[in-house]
Amino acid sequence: MTCEETALLLHALIDDELDAGHVHAVEDHVTDCPRCAGRLRDYRRVRHALATPAMRYAAPADLRARIESALPAPRAAASTSRRSLLKGFAAGGMMSAALAASLVVVVVRQEAGQRVLGDAVSAHLRALRGDHLIDVASTDQHTVKPWFNGKIDVAPPVVDLTPQGFTLVGGRLDYLDGRPVATIVYKRREHVIDLFVAPADAQAAASPRGTMEALQGFNVWRWGFSDLSFVAVSDLNTEEFRDFVNRIEAAVQNGA
Amino acid sequence: MRPTAFPRHGAVHRPAAALAAGDEADRARRFRDAALPHLDDVYTVARYMMRSAADADDAVQECYLRAFRHFDGFRGEAIKPWLLAILRNVCQAEFARRAGRVVVGGDADAADDATPLWHEETCTAESELLRREDAERLRGLVAALPDPFREAIVLRDIEDLPYRDIARVTGAPIGTVMSRIARARSMLRAAWLKSDDDPECCEPHQETCK
Repeated sequence: MTCEETALLLHALIDDELDAGHVHAVEDHVTDCPRCAGRLRDYRRVRHALATPAMRYAAPADLRARIESALPAPRAAASTSRRSLLKGFAAGGMMSAALAASLVVVVVRQEAGQRVLGDAVSAHLRALRGDHLIDVASTDQHTVKPWFNGKIDVAPPVVDLTPQGFTLVGGRLDYLDGRPVATIVYKRREHVIDLFVAPADAQAAASPRGTMEALQGFNVWRWGFSDLSFVAVSDLNTEEFRDFVNRIEAAVQNGA
Repeated sequence: MRPTAFPRHGAVHRPAAALAAGDEADRARRFRDAALPHLDDVYTVARYMMRSAADADDAVQECYLRAFRHFDGFRGEAIKPWLLAILRNVCQAEFARRAGRVVVGGDADAADDATPLWHEETCTAESELLRREDAERLRGLVAALPDPFREAIVLRDIEDLPYRDIARVTGAPIGTVMSRIARARSMLRAAWLKSDDDPECCEPHQETCK
């Protein structure tokens, strides 16, 4: 492969859009060519610098308010149909690949647990909108934990992280993928963190180390431990969210 | 005001009207749930495309109103590229309108009232390469890129869209998307090198090849 041929493919390599055969060819060339290796390193730095949160902008609150107020008002106490709500989320990973006609093979990721995660984000959004944030309001773990008795099949660990800056505000019942789950609600400053706890499922058990991803603009974490599976959702920044889930993992493993 | 000669008419239409209002509220709720989580994404792209906070505001508001009007035509594909494609139409229409008149000066000072998503606590090993002043400099370099290249690189590196979504949003073939990304990174690299006094980052390489 020549430098000229490599030039365009360097970017596809950086962007993870290259099929295995081309990855091999480009890497072989880069190994032998200091000029292309330098280019690759520079372009990776450019991409890395652009991908930092500092390069993004937050929509001003008054813009959000203007858009909200231009939409028809929601019905009071509307019974929300979670199914219809989910259509938008569930379809996220299944776009037509018809446009992918090129020498570049586009990688389509298919995530088995996407549906549960989509449900979790939907439930989190609904709660944030004020429909139903908490059923039992208490900052006392010994009030929140027994409240779930008899309501669901698990006894969720309720960890008090108030000293660490994550205030326990209460609990509620939700449904993820058609199954009732315990939701434990925390706050960090103005950010709400929902921690969903359900009896273990195969997908959570398959990722015992815990996985983090961004979904619909939220940070989502999924973890399985013993006979429980956990999903946490928040718009908290990644750093603090990671701190939160690390503390939950540690507390649960220590038998909270 | 309608004449009231046919009171039964009104009585018949009332439940239908109530139902329609309910549907509309339901539609608005589904739209809110699906589209509003992407507001920061859409706004970020608008800021880079319009190069000013006020113009980005207007474009995003128009984008969301259009998106809501056409929400029935949205058939469950990923909503972020769909929203960004609408935003693109809004921006293009504005560019076309401006092309009809002479624009004096720029919006160069508009970055001052930016609300960057910058938190000191997120400055970790991953992101410490890019200090705050670097981000400001880099934003300036991105803003200086010509439209098609700026658009491609913002969608790829800042919004993290895969090539096929960028192709959908911009209506360009994937090959074109690739070459625009390559051009944009190449221009950014050159501009960065030119403005850089830190030899550790992006040092020039000899232009030789075996």
